[in-house]
Amino acid sequence: MLNKKNKTYYICVFFFCLFVLFLYGPTFTIVLLSFQGPDGGLTFPLNGVSTYWFEELWRGGSVVDIGSAFKRSIILGVIVMVLTVLLSVSAGLAFRKKFWGSDTLFFATVASLIVPSIVLSLGIALQFRLLDDFTKWLGSTFDINYINEFFQTTLGMFTSGLGAQLTWTLPFGLLIMFAVFNRFDKSYEEAARDLGASPWKTFKEVVFPLIAPSIIGIALFGFTLSYDELARSSQVMGAGNTLPLELRGLTTTVTTPVIYALGTVTTFVSFSVIGISIACYIWLKRKRG
Amino acid sequence: MMKLLKLKPSVGLLSIPYSIIFIFFFFIPLILTLIISFWDYNEYSIIPDFIFENYAYIFKDCLNFEKDICVTFKTYLSTFIFCFITWFFTLIIGFFVAYFLAFYVNSVTWQIVLFLLCTIPFWTSNVIRMISWIPLLGRNGLVNDFLLSTGLADGPQEWLLYSGFSIVLAFVHLYTLFMIVPIFNSMMRIDKSIIEAAYDNGANGLQILWNIIIPLCKPGIVIGSIFVITVVMGDFITIGIMGGQQIPSIGKIIYVEMSYLQLPAAAANAVILLALTLLIIWIMTKMIDIRKEL
Repeated sequence: MLNKKNKTYYICVFFFCLFVLFLYGPTFTIVLLSFQGPDGGLTFPLNGVSTYWFEELWRGGSVVDIGSAFKRSIILGVIVMVLTVLLSVSAGLAFRKKFWGSDTLFFATVASLIVPSIVLSLGIALQFRLLDDFTKWLGSTFDINYINEFFQTTLGMFTSGLGAQLTWTLPFGLLIMFAVFNRFDKSYEEAARDLGASPWKTFKEVVFPLIAPSIIGIALFGFTLSYDELARSSQVMGAGNTLPLELRGLTTTVTTPVIYALGTVTTFVSFSVIGISIACYIWLKRKRG
Repeated sequence: MMKLLKLKPSVGLLSIPYSIIFIFFFFIPLILTLIISFWDYNEYSIIPDFIFENYAYIFKDCLNFEKDICVTFKTYLSTFIFCFITWFFTLIIGFFVAYFLAFYVNSVTWQIVLFLLCTIPFWTSNVIRMISWIPLLGRNGLVNDFLLSTGLADGPQEWLLYSGFSIVLAFVHLYTLFMIVPIFNSMMRIDKSIIEAAYDNGANGLQILWNIIIPLCKPGIVIGSIFVITVVMGDFITIGIMGGQQIPSIGKIIYVEMSYLQLPAAAANAVILLALTLLIIWIMTKMIDIRKEL
């Protein structure tokens, strides 16, 4: 049998370890280098060990306003997470039966994952540009004071930016729901219905507890993918940049380990979120027995 | 439409919020891109029109075979090469990682743990994962230190970073997961008794791999390939950062044209990129039914 512990087995184990090293090694190096001494540079050796670059990052030092970019990213991430969970769970429920347009919507979901991000980013930017022009035209034609004086753009983090990120996170959410419902035992639901439960009550008392662990997974995708999203939102964030956008700019301008310190902090945030999600998932699974 | 209007509330209505997002942020933007690719523009604004100049400009000199290959074809060629090399390495590595997880890890718990171990980096920042290669591959990086101290090289190797090599490395680093997940999914569906039967009939490991596992993994391989190829086709960030902003890509052409507000020109490039991507996907999906794989 294949699972016999023969030579191939050990080659595979070795290969897998090598792959994990390849995955995590580089990140580990920058975490190490972010503790570089004040005189240290972008590469090894470590010139002493200090938290100097974290303090530098905290002070804002040579870097643009990282604090507010960080805050913006977290807020947007949470909003995207909540919307991803709500919209993909409800759409997932709808998809259990065929409905008008379900095939088109499924096609759009898959297409959204594979359409080049820059194309979609451009499209959304164009759309909001036209929307701006239209708003200004409305303002001047109907002499609407508010628009003429204050209106600048509809492009922004919580309009176009949010939408662009949702086209990336929602498909993951819906595909997770598909995977859940494909393996879902309908007899529990039928039992609840036979006992006279309303559709809402059936969902709340039976379906939801069963799919709750998977919803944690959807939330995890929603937050982390938004928090790190770059390509799709690159053209549509408006005035305020998110952390990944700032980071990309910094790769060409910053030449001190402060960028590693920032990398360590963002990676730490991501890992915390992942850790919490996994813990919640396990807890929910256990609770269910 | 009639079904939607029935008075009895249907569970299908729950898909409306999701649909609205896709209508507003997916369908309309793509349609607008197609329309605006035929518009005219000047330094300040885009002008409604129906002209083919944006497309003509992209293929300028492309049909003149006496001259060198035109910029557009050159860029696509370079992108295709990146696609192919990245696809090759992600497929080989992804397949064997999935193979190990599916057939050599016996306990389900360990399977989940190791699978998560492969997935976690996907949830962290891509930019950070790219710049984390700098201390390793840079002129004073670990690899060069090693090569110099062991005498394997006379001077610092410049091709390690900001080169085609580092771009492919970063792609493989970032996107092998896109291969692992669907291939692993296909492998987990393989009925173990088929393998037992083949083994009992005297097939060796290699024969089982070639005649049973690979054919049954075809859907997973196709899905993974679609992901990897499309993500490389449209890339401008990885090629930008890992190529030191020196290596062209279609995504970058679009990006630069946008920053100069040449929006209709960018739109025309986007339409061609999208059409090519869809063509590739269409050819690949001819082989499988994606919906059955979830």
